[in-house]
Amino acid sequence: MSKELIRLVNCQMAFDDEIVLDDINLYFNDKEFLTLLGPSGCGKTTTLRIIGGFLKPTNGDVLFDGERINDVPPHKRKVNTVFQKYALFPHLDVYENVAFGLRIAKLSEDEIDERVTDMLEIVSLKGFENRKVSQLSGGQQQRVAIARALVNRPKVLLLDEPLGALDLRLRKDMQNELKRIQQAMGITFIYVTHDQEEALSMSDTVVVMDKGRIQQIGTPEDIYNEPKNAFVADFIGESNILDGVMLEDRLVKFFGRKFKCVDAGFEKNEPVDVVIRPEDIDIVPPDDGHLCGTVTSVTFKGVHYDTIVDFKGFKWLIQTTDFHEVGSYIGIRLEPEDIHIMHKSEYSGMFGDYSSYSAEYDEMDDPELYLEGEPDEAEDSAEGGEDEE
Amino acid sequence: MKSKSLAAPYLVWMVLFTVIPLAIVAYYAFTDSQTGQFTLENVSNIGNYMPILIKSIWLALISSVICLIIGYPVAYFIAGCDEILQRFLYMLVMLPMCISFLLRTLAWVALTEDTGIINNIITALGMEPLPLIRNNGAVVLGMVYNYLPYMIMPLYTVIMKIDRNLVEAAEDLGCNGTNVFKRVIFPLSVPGIISGFTMVFVPAVSTFYISQKLGSSGTTLIGDVIESQFKTAYNPNLGAALSLVLMVMIFICIGVMNRFGDDEEVITL
Repeated sequence: MSKELIRLVNCQMAFDDEIVLDDINLYFNDKEFLTLLGPSGCGKTTTLRIIGGFLKPTNGDVLFDGERINDVPPHKRKVNTVFQKYALFPHLDVYENVAFGLRIAKLSEDEIDERVTDMLEIVSLKGFENRKVSQLSGGQQQRVAIARALVNRPKVLLLDEPLGALDLRLRKDMQNELKRIQQAMGITFIYVTHDQEEALSMSDTVVVMDKGRIQQIGTPEDIYNEPKNAFVADFIGESNILDGVMLEDRLVKFFGRKFKCVDAGFEKNEPVDVVIRPEDIDIVPPDDGHLCGTVTSVTFKGVHYDTIVDFKGFKWLIQTTDFHEVGSYIGIRLEPEDIHIMHKSEYSGMFGDYSSYSAEYDEMDDPELYLEGEPDEAEDSAEGGEDEE
Repeated sequence: MKSKSLAAPYLVWMVLFTVIPLAIVAYYAFTDSQTGQFTLENVSNIGNYMPILIKSIWLALISSVICLIIGYPVAYFIAGCDEILQRFLYMLVMLPMCISFLLRTLAWVALTEDTGIINNIITALGMEPLPLIRNNGAVVLGMVYNYLPYMIMPLYTVIMKIDRNLVEAAEDLGCNGTNVFKRVIFPLSVPGIISGFTMVFVPAVSTFYISQKLGSSGTTLIGDVIESQFKTAYNPNLGAALSLVLMVMIFICIGVMNRFGDDEEVITL
């Protein structure tokens, strides 16, 4: 598990003076399921293409098993790729698509047959051998693409948003399927996605990227529970992000009140971002609350209600299984472990305010638009909150 | 319903100028020129012209193959250039077609005649003049020159449309440049080869002007025979029968070529 297989050293990538990857340092362990996660345009696909050999980094090195492979062409690398739009060969049937790499490697007909048959069984496509690619559904094409790559027994499989085109149900099934295949075959998966849920549920390690830079590397739990900055906190799950001041270790002040927390190692009176996850907040009667506010909107989400509560002009998202009427006055309690403290970053003030809440917050189809539309409003209400102090 | 009515003008056009004329051709082919009675004589007379028919097909085939050999690398090259260069080169390929077909063929006569430009240069250099005209080679040259753009255009279109991702996928699966071409690009360009081949072969097999200007009495093609039946021999019934047979032959040739396209085994090897 711990043996290092691929390493990117100070990798920079520029297209016509536009830097899309900036000083990436990253290593990939053998047999690891690593996910590159970020909004579109963050550089995750570029990173994948550098590993696959389709792009040469403008600066920096790519190492495979300790050897520099910058100049090794794709067909000589021990990695295979599952492409975003599958890129199956339309002139070949399912069998020949899967056998493609083996034929290039000039394996014997018997061995090709055995490996292709085995592989089609693994991806549950037995009996589809002679189908034309165009006759397959999206999910089936996707599995052919996986089989076509895996049949070559690569050391590393690169997957570029392979589930992007599938519907939700199929995507869930394929997530489990991919995880199972990865564990069964014991190879490294490097997976690119913009879907945070996908990343959390499948990965051993998640690398969160934005603007060509790595924002955070960690296990899914780390990334969710200990986000490093406002971008990560907002991109992974939902977060209320507030301005606060760290008075001393394990004591933070926001909304004019002091709260105990579990974080330490900040400077005295350092301004910080305070993250409170919507599902960690307990709603109590106003008299028992640390903070009190008015419910302004409730949306039923199935498992829980998304409840928007106005605290002194700053709106929080609270996820609760209890229904609270719009207009009702409620209190909340925050336990020390519900509060997570982050250093200020370039993303401070851009995320974590639900004043412009819409029920569709989960579907960040156009993250660019989202990023552009958000900052102004967030700043306004953050200021409003401070005025009250 | 709506799409049907949109197609109506063309349907009328086709009936008026394709179906009815074909019926007339068929009528002439099977009737006697004097009496107008039904007869198979015209069709059975075609046996006399078999050598010419075979020669026409043969020369058209050679021309098509040469066009393919010249045209494929050109189309492949153009499709690989950046967009502006692509448009420029494509225009260059099309350019000769903006000049009259007759004029271009006559230009070749001026070039290749025994006392033409090329031979004048050769004799000026003190060498014997070359027999550049009035032979099969000259006719093939004329066909290749005139019909080459028809080969390049469909090939270019098909090659250009091949998904770049497929090339990357092939590289990813271990293909070097040669293998990418052999196993992905070439098989996927077969439709372009077929349509280019058809577009060169069909006009080449029925041409008469090229063979008249660049050929000799020994290179009379089936197109020439048909023309003479209408213009000089004045036997339109035989001309109609010959046209009909030529049409059937062309259909057979196209059918054979399309069979190649359907057969996956042939493509991948």
